[in-house]
Amino acid sequence: MIYFSAVVIPLIISIIVFCGLLENKKVYDLFCDGAKEGIRMTIKMFPTLIGIFLAIGMLRNSGLLDFLSKILSGFLKYLNVPSEIIPLAFIKPISGSASMALATDLITKYGTETRIGMIAATIMAASETTFYVIAVYMNQIKAKKSRNVIIPALIADFVSIITAICIIK
Amino acid sequence: MNYLWPIIIIISFLFAVISGNIQNLNNSIFSSLSDVVKLSLTLVGNMCLWCGIMKIIQETKIMNYLMKILKPILNWLYPEAKNNKDAMEAISINTVSNILGIGNAATPAGLKAMEELQKDNKNKEELSNAMIMLIVLNTTSIQLIPTTVIAIRSALGSPNPSNIIVPIWISTIAGTLTGVIITKILLRRRKI
Repeated sequence: MIYFSAVVIPLIISIIVFCGLLENKKVYDLFCDGAKEGIRMTIKMFPTLIGIFLAIGMLRNSGLLDFLSKILSGFLKYLNVPSEIIPLAFIKPISGSASMALATDLITKYGTETRIGMIAATIMAASETTFYVIAVYMNQIKAKKSRNVIIPALIADFVSIITAICIIK
Repeated sequence: MNYLWPIIIIISFLFAVISGNIQNLNNSIFSSLSDVVKLSLTLVGNMCLWCGIMKIIQETKIMNYLMKILKPILNWLYPEAKNNKDAMEAISINTVSNILGIGNAATPAGLKAMEELQKDNKNKEELSNAMIMLIVLNTTSIQLIPTTVIAIRSALGSPNPSNIIVPIWISTIAGTLTGVIITKILLRRRKI
């Protein structure tokens, strides 16, 4: 399986390039032509990234999230939710790099095959960083009104986290 | 975003003052700037790679196969975008990349899809229904091959790194289904 996950990306790239060759396309020219787009897109994303990283960095370092998760974990203990997971559940929709650091921490501390380690890994893989996706996608078209797209997105995150906690015993 | 962003900043500042974390907060401002620069450097490489690969896909028959396979489900998810061929192509690539767990390839395709959808959008200031569905599906991101997490587990010495895969499937599918159903209901009732 480790081999499998290492092989996915090179395999896909090779198949695509091979198909291009079969159809007699100038694959290299096409590739370079497409790659130009990548620069334009990244430049377009840059200001949004600065904006979200600034706000999220401030939020994380203000200690507010830790405070909230401390309050919540008191209640959640009664529902058989391990309190160690709560900060991760909070930060997951907000910051990809922070939640990755936190999850790696949890897995290292409690072990890969423990309940907490398994839940942390599942939460990491089950969804994307919601705020980041919304900000970057909205920025791409300069739309101002989000029509509350965040509501279904956050409900979905919530459900996938709850599912992870419920199925891993 | 125009409300959320200032609220996050102001609340964080106030809380940091109360809880005595102001030094941390100050450091975070400058470290977040350098984080973005670092991220952008890897990002620009990834974006160029996958945009290049995407171009090859679009110019070959692979695109036609993908479109044929995904058509029924995509037409149901994005009814207004049915006739927007460029948008549907980008959405197809985005969907496949998400399923295969190649988040790096999903982003450029998703952004491309947003641009194509915007061309058909009647009110340019507002997200269209198809855009809302696209964003929700990219936040929930159904992932069948969780490459990153498997790599982390094996790096941390798991005897069987991939036995996390079934819980991940259940959880990602539950989240994605919820996202789709709620979005469909909200859009139909014109609640968002």
